Amino acid sequence: MKASLFITCLCDIMSSDVGKDTVEVLEKVGCEVDFPELQTCCGQPAYNSGYLKESKESMKQMMRAFKDSEYVVGPSGSCVAMLHEYPHIFKGDPEWEEAANDLAGKSYELTQFLVDVMGITDVGSKFQGRVTYHPSCHMTRLLGVRDAPMTLLENVKGLEFVALPVKEDCCGFGGTFSVKNPVISEQMVEEKTEHVTETGAEYLVGGDMGCLMNIGGRLTRNGKPVKVLHIANILNYQ
Amino acid sequence: MSIRIGTNSFEHRVQEGIKNDFMRGAVSSAQGRFRSGRLKAAEELGNWEDWRTLGEEIRNHTMENLDFYLQQLSDQVSKRGGSVFFAETAEEANDYIQNVIKKKNGKKVVKSKSMVTEEIGLNKALEEAGSEVVETDLGEWILQLDEDPPSHIVTPALHKNKEQIRETFAAKKGYDKTDKPEELALFAREQLRKDFLSADIGITGCNFAVAESGAVTLVTNEGNARLVTSLPDTQITVMGMERLVPTWEDLEVLVSLLTRSAVGQKLTSYVTSLTGTRLEGEVDGPEEFHLVIVDNGRSKILGTEFQSALHCIRCAACINACPVYRHVGGHSYGSIYPGPIGAVLTPLLDGYDDHKELPYASTLCAACTEACPVKIPLHEHLIRHRQIIVEKENKAPKAEKLAMKGFAKWGSSPAAYKMSTKMARTALKPWTKDEKIENGPGPMKAWTDARDFPAPSKQSFRSWYKSRRKGDES
Repeated sequence: MKASLFITCLCDIMSSDVGKDTVEVLEKVGCEVDFPELQTCCGQPAYNSGYLKESKESMKQMMRAFKDSEYVVGPSGSCVAMLHEYPHIFKGDPEWEEAANDLAGKSYELTQFLVDVMGITDVGSKFQGRVTYHPSCHMTRLLGVRDAPMTLLENVKGLEFVALPVKEDCCGFGGTFSVKNPVISEQMVEEKTEHVTETGAEYLVGGDMGCLMNIGGRLTRNGKPVKVLHIANILNYQ
Repeated sequence: MSIRIGTNSFEHRVQEGIKNDFMRGAVSSAQGRFRSGRLKAAEELGNWEDWRTLGEEIRNHTMENLDFYLQQLSDQVSKRGGSVFFAETAEEANDYIQNVIKKKNGKKVVKSKSMVTEEIGLNKALEEAGSEVVETDLGEWILQLDEDPPSHIVTPALHKNKEQIRETFAAKKGYDKTDKPEELALFAREQLRKDFLSADIGITGCNFAVAESGAVTLVTNEGNARLVTSLPDTQITVMGMERLVPTWEDLEVLVSLLTRSAVGQKLTSYVTSLTGTRLEGEVDGPEEFHLVIVDNGRSKILGTEFQSALHCIRCAACINACPVYRHVGGHSYGSIYPGPIGAVLTPLLDGYDDHKELPYASTLCAACTEACPVKIPLHEHLIRHRQIIVEKENKAPKAEKLAMKGFAKWGSSPAAYKMSTKMARTALKPWTKDEKIENGPGPMKAWTDARDFPAPSKQSFRSWYKSRRKGDES
């Protein structure tokens, strides 16, 4: 199966390890992975801030970049959920409607792709440690991916799982929200890190880099020893 | 009072809310109770998603045919001896109600809970015209005594604790007992009973009017609405023009969705449907019944992309699910409609000038959309508002507009974008220490004031990928 990596701008700029681990996990389960170099950002920062026109420029570039891909797989529920919005955004646009439908139809979040498309529940990774999981809002509520990450984590050998209290609550990232309403965002991320600390976990795992940067940044600021990992890191751990 | 409450800036209100530890504790624990109650009540029903879909269909059908059902409702009410008045504005509604009271030579008005009368500022208008107005919902009564606006659309005094209530009762009504809830409630009951018995006008809100019969349905837990509608000779019901259902069957669906979503109850203690005046041979009902149907900006929403905001059944499930509301409290929204539905409705009803921050008071986490029993896509409406603020109202900050122009160029240029993936680490180096940034420059400061920003990875993904492919080829 051929899969094109949609790395997401955040991982492309900030966290290359998530991109590497995604490539290696996909290869491990038998995918032929390519990386379309013309990809940029899904457009979400502008779209969610109300800049429709500006966001479309980026979205068009994404459609151009992935036009020949068979599957598009990204390590982010939020960014993939954005791709799934393209058909609504470009509806009635004679030039882009078809491309928007095409990209949305072939795009998957990493765990969703592994479980729902590839039918894999165990990627064969091993990880020693006490782990809790934050199910990011867009991954669960917008993309509807709830079970896939849990299924994969359950089958990681050595991993001790501990549930995060009120896990469905937003961490307060919200993209530009974190800098537009920093005071509220701070209260939200503080509450989230309190819940994380309560679990006694050594690692907090999630499927969206934005949320992880937010929670992780608060944890280190408060001197908490909990380490933050992307689920791709865990799935590629031996 | 009208939709807008207070004159402080949004930032100021939020700061005040966040500093109010008691309020936050009360809101947080109430949210927890409401949320678990709602989920349990939904689960009991078994096929909650089907119920939501049905609720959405009923609301959608009603809005699509609102003119027909309003006419039908009006005809039915008239047929049963009631008078119907369509008020285009708050002033028209208030004037009409004042006139009814004047004609009846009414002195004292008892009211059951109604958000639309808060919206149109009815109490103030009536008091200015010389009436004595008494709120009889316990929460509303407490707020009336304290001259405090509601902070929640179902439990309006959510932000107050029993000690504060005891103090209010003592200061305003000479209460001299403890802050035990039973004693407080008994005192309120005794006080209000006198008002019920001496009132000549009863004013209610309306959860749902039933178009096919002209009945007005009130959903309460305290029973006060029963007294408001049975003791005074004149009953006035005020409803937003969208608050109706076509049939009794539809009512059953929506009341089930409402009570389960609002308070996690299968049904509230009282669900009362009242139809018209006391006709010949009937033993109860008011001598006079007036139904005031309020537009106040609603018809402008019909036919727009925001139409589904009118589907709201005022259950507050979105408010109870909202993490932003939990931290800032209802008064921070500066509107009698707080939370996600408030952030959607308030700018629609009262314009963007005083409320342009509200659509941004959300992380777009969609907990609201998920909780809504009639599937209003609340977070999508918030994005629509943002688009209007940026594109039509031109109220976005200049720096943001410039940044987004830059975003469009960056996102559409693979070369510029690729350059940023290469340069990020170097560009941030002056601020980086131990692989993190604690005091970021410019807009990053808002981030690093509360949390660290990680340094970008040492090797970019693209260079790793390139070297790996070279390795493959060799």
